[in-house]
Order: sequence, then structure tokens, then C-alpha cells
Amino acid sequence: MSRTTLFTNARLIDPEKGTDAPGWLLIEGTTIKALGTEDAAPAADAVIDCGGHCLAPGIVDIGVKVCEPGERHKESYRSAGLAAAAGGVTTMITRPDTLPAIDTPETLEFVARRANAAGPVNVRPMAALTKGREGREMTEIGFLLDAGAVAFTDCDHVITNTKVFQRALTYARGLGALIIAHPQEPGLSAGASATSGKFASLRGLPSVSPMAERMGLDRDIALLEMTGARYHADQITTARALPALERAKRNGLDITAGTSIHHLTLNELDVADYRTFFKVKPPLRSEDDRQAVIEAVRSGLIDVICSMHTPQDVESKRLPFEEAASGAVALETLLPAALRLYHSGDLDLPTLFRAMAFNPAQRLGLASGRLAPGAPADLLVFDPDKPFVMDRNSLHSKSKNTPFDGQRLQGKVRLTYVAGTCVYEAA
Amino acid sequence: MTFSHSHLLGIEPLAPPEITTILDLADQYVDLNRRDVKHADALAGLTQINMFFENSTRTQASFELAGKRLGADVMNMAMQASSIKKGETLIDTAMTLNAMHPDLLVVRHPQSGAVDLLSQKVNCAVLNAGDGRHEHPTQALLDALTIRRAKGRLHRLNIAICGDIAHSRVARSNLLLLGKMENRIRLIGPPTLMPSGIRDFGVEVFDDMKQGLQDVDVVMMLRLQRERMDGGFIPSEREYYFRYGLDAEKLAYAKPDAIVMHPGPMNRGVEIDGEIADDINRSVIQEQVEMGVAVRMAAMDLLARNLRARPKAVMA
Repeated sequence: MSRTTLFTNARLIDPEKGTDAPGWLLIEGTTIKALGTEDAAPAADAVIDCGGHCLAPGIVDIGVKVCEPGERHKESYRSAGLAAAAGGVTTMITRPDTLPAIDTPETLEFVARRANAAGPVNVRPMAALTKGREGREMTEIGFLLDAGAVAFTDCDHVITNTKVFQRALTYARGLGALIIAHPQEPGLSAGASATSGKFASLRGLPSVSPMAERMGLDRDIALLEMTGARYHADQITTARALPALERAKRNGLDITAGTSIHHLTLNELDVADYRTFFKVKPPLRSEDDRQAVIEAVRSGLIDVICSMHTPQDVESKRLPFEEAASGAVALETLLPAALRLYHSGDLDLPTLFRAMAFNPAQRLGLASGRLAPGAPADLLVFDPDKPFVMDRNSLHSKSKNTPFDGQRLQGKVRLTYVAGTCVYEAA
Repeated sequence: MTFSHSHLLGIEPLAPPEITTILDLADQYVDLNRRDVKHADALAGLTQINMFFENSTRTQASFELAGKRLGADVMNMAMQASSIKKGETLIDTAMTLNAMHPDLLVVRHPQSGAVDLLSQKVNCAVLNAGDGRHEHPTQALLDALTIRRAKGRLHRLNIAICGDIAHSRVARSNLLLLGKMENRIRLIGPPTLMPSGIRDFGVEVFDDMKQGLQDVDVVMMLRLQRERMDGGFIPSEREYYFRYGLDAEKLAYAKPDAIVMHPGPMNRGVEIDGEIADDINRSVIQEQVEMGVAVRMAAMDLLARNLRARPKAVMA
């Protein structure tokens, strides 16, 4: 019989049941064996007193960019893994927008080997949907599935050729593969680095209407009606896209949607005097959009919150705003930023973990993301109230491009467990 | 004196008394510039570098002359032909120049916010001579001085800004400045050339020029910025001229004593009729150029005073 560990005196955050209650949890080997709230805790080989802190399923983060191959100086599997462990992310779903793109079984195998050798957390790679993410020819979806791809995406490249996209969706449906797309009308959004409105006009930045997101989503939904594929929208960030998403779900299409932590916790005004760490893709939205997206996460219309972790080095950010690269690191700030929504009373903890752990795991067919007997012991213990001032130089990521630098946040990870093994313990 | 800034990056951070301070001092420099001996020593011993990452003739000449009349050592750098082409970043260029100990850096750059970025990396006074579509503060100040001298005041005027608002940093700076001084502003132009969210600026927007010009005191024309357009904002120049070009017929809707302004360079026959541009009873376009030198002298003088008042960094 393998070794058992008991977590006592914990506040169990169960996203599946939607509960937040004091209790205990027992793990045996690599899986959860039992948990309880009222009955007495059983004996175990080791006991960890959580001190009343929260115990939740580890975060499953869809859309993490690790810059291998191509730009290891920005982020390696090793540094990303350390950042993830420190941030309570137990499974990284990595993006294929590397140099070169991960679009063949060979590159995918290289990545999987690197990832598992280097990292303390689970890594499940995604593969490109079209070769070179160029939107012309679909990749070897079957081989890539066999090699371990959990989903297919061209990341922020929109496949403009509708026929190519339709065929890829149809082919993927035959294999049951999940397609993740970036809903955006690329003609409208070309060259834009801000959301249109007073702020963008004052700053003189080229901007895109939020309508471009809805147009992109509308097109993709029409293609889903044609093809019946499994589809996930990577980031829904505007109020205008939500009714279309709601309708598509009501009509029974196999569609889910995510949003990024930055769009949930920041708005366009945070860019202030051209702060390039706040340049993300799609650009930060208005406060009305942010509120609408929070409401959609609460109602479950938006299923997933992700970090959209995108490391960029100093050279690619220390440029005029339009020229600067997009993206922000977020593996380590995802939880404390999400807890802003908890402290503001917008979302409760089970809802947050439904969007950060349960739903993404379910969508990808992973067994994790749950507090249930038999589920992998991917867990995190965190103190939701612990205040701190974010110092970007304290991040484990090789790149330090976080918009939260210098900001007051609340919530610190105490322990991270992956498959029953402790991979991070706060100092 | 009320002017506490170490850079002039835009109109946005300026308070109305600071704007008045600049304009009052500029008035004095207008007098100086009309004398036989056009020289003062306000900037004597200081080094002024003009860095233009975008083509400019008039603004650069105006800054150069302003610096020279105040006794600064002025150097012009045509950045388009320089190391930027060799891949050097803006920050590196700034650091290199900074090591030469300039006191005043006049910068024009094709991208919004680039001058802000540069100002964070140098320890001299930076003047924004136009950044992308963001701001062009000395242009707004010289326009304000021109209006104040022609109309006798800079408040409670009806001012129309016409044409390509979307691509114009001149329009943004003017909107901000004239708004701060409590004027009524109307924007006139085709909807494709209006920036997004423009109704939140507290202005009136017209797409019919005759309606928009009704009883205004000042008509500011803007240049159609063909180089910033990637196609398809207007169907043709002749249709634009027909609907939005300033000619005698449209100008007749404005007040009889309304003045006509243009930041230059003009596209005659595109946004403005040549005869109106040259009509000395209506057009103040030449005065704008004259005020430009005086306003830039005033701005550099004020920044230099703040620079000299600052505790000196000790070199090891």
C-alpha cells in the first residue's frame, strides 16, 4: 500500500459541488483517496495542517506559451515549470506558437520530452491546426493526437480562408479533436494596439472596434453549425460577443469559451502613458466590457479563465507602444489576480476554481481539476488573504513582463502538489 | 511664473495658467523677433539637439531658429538617415545622445508615445515636436497665440477644426488646449476621418461643413495626411474638396470676421482654396508661422529655467 498524506484543518474549495467548507483530504500515492467535511479525519502516514487555508484542485491553464523551441531566453520548460508550481498551476496546456510552430509529430515529441524532463508540473501540449500557423494546410491532426496533442490551435493567427478552416474543423470532428480559435475579424483588427474609444483616440493609438471579436465569433459559430466540430474560443473579452456565445450554447453546439485574467482584472485605462506591459492581444477593453465578462464567468457562459502566459524580454517591450510585442507573463499572478475578483465580491472561490481547474480539465478530457476520490492529487494550498506588493524580479519566469509589477495583491500559494508530490512550498 | 514641468510632452498635463504663462512669454518674444537685433541669451551655453525621425521642414526650422535666437548651440539630426536604419533601438539612440550632455532635446517621431518613452531615459528637457497621432504641443500653443492676438482673447470662442481629425496630432493637441481654455469646439469632417469615441470629448461633431461653420470665430483647417492612410478613408480628393475643402462659399457661413488657420504644409485645392489661404483679411497662416518661432522660444526658455533650478548631478 502506498504512502498516505492527510491535509487537515483545510478550507476545501470544491468547484464541482460548488462548495467552500472546512474539512480534510486524504491522498494515497498519486491520487485523492477520500475527503470529508463533517466526519472525523482518518489516520495517515503524514499529516499536513493547512492552518485554515484553502485547499483547491490545482489550476489547469489553457494557453501557456513556453518559448521552446526558438526563444529559450524568454522562457524555458524549466523556468515555466517553476513559475507554474509557484503559482499553483499544476497542468500547463502549452501553446504551439513557437519558432518554429509545433506542427509536426516530431516537434511535438521534442517538446513533450523537454517538458517532462525539465518541469515539476504536468505539461500537455497543443499543436498547430495548420502548418506553420499559416492558415493554408491542416496539420497531421491524427498523428499529432497520437503524439499527445490535447487540442489544436493557430493561437492568435486567425484562419482567414474559410474553406481551409471548414475542412480542418470537419476533419478534426472525425477524430474528436478539440479546436481552439481566436475569434477576431483580422481585417478590422490589423495594426491595432488598443480598443477603439476615447482613450485610444487621446493616445493616438491605432485601434480596433470590439465588434471585431463578435464578427470573428459569429463566423466561427456558423462554421460550427456546418461542421459540428468541438470548439473553444480562447478569449472572449467583450460584451458584444456574449449574446452570440449564449445562443450558440443554447442551440447545442459543442462550444466553450475562455477569457484571460488580464481582461478580467484590467481595463484599457491601465495602459496610461503607453505602458507596454499592458499591451496584450486582444487589447484591454473598456470597464463595461470587463464587467460583462466577469458576469459571464459567474453565470458560467464563459467556462475558462486562463493566464495567456506570454513571456517577452525587455528588448521586445522597451519600444514605442505600437512596435512593442504583445503579451504578459501570468503563471504566478493568475491566482492573486483572480483573487481580486473574490475580494471585490464579484466571484466566489468555487466559481473561480470551476473556471481555472474543473472546466478546463473537463473540456480537455483530463482527470484533474476535481476534489474527488480517484482524481489525481494535483492540489494547491493557498492563503487567500495574504497581502503583498508584486515585485516582478521575484518571478520565476525568465521574462518579467507582468502588468501587476508594483501593485498590491492578496493571496499566496503555500503548497503545490502534483500527483501526490510536493513541488512547491512557500518559504 | 507658473510652469513647473521638466518636459513639454503634450498639452494634456498642462494647467490653464501654465498655458497662459507660455503665451505671455511668447508675446514678448514676438516683439524681440520683430526688432533689428533678434537675439537674447536665455539659452546661452546650452546645447539643443533636434532629433527628427520623421520628415519636417518648417517645424525643424522653427525650433532651430528659436534656439539660435536665444543663444543655444543647436544641432540637427536627420534620424531617418541614421543608425535607426542600422537597427539601433530608440532607447539606445537616446542613451547615446544623452551621453553628449544635451540640455534640450526636440523630438519628432512617427509613433504615438515614442517621445514619452524617450523622455524617461534621458536627463535633459524633452520637447515633443509631434509623436504619431498623439500630440504636437507647440503647434497647439502657436495656434492659441495666433487666436489670442487676432481675437483679443482665448476663451468663449466658437472654433471649428476641419478635416482629417483621425490622423492628426495637431487636432488632438488643439482639442485639449482649446478645451482647457473653455472654448466651444466643433469638429467637421467625413465620419471616416473622425477618431473613435469622439463624442466623449465634449465637442460637437458635424459632417456637413456649412452647418458646422455656422457663426464660428475661427476655422482651423487640417492637412489631409495621405502618408498616414492605408487606403479607403475618402473616395477621392476631388470629392473631398467639394464637400470639405474650404472655399469662399463655405467660409461665408462663418462669422464675417472669422479667421482661417492651417498648420501647413497646405494641399491647395484639396482641403483649402488657394485664394482663401492667401487672403490677408481672413488667413492668419503666415502669422502662425511667425508665432511658432516665438512660442518655441518661450517653451524652451521656461524649460531651461527649470533645468537650471534643478540640483546638478555630480559627476564622479
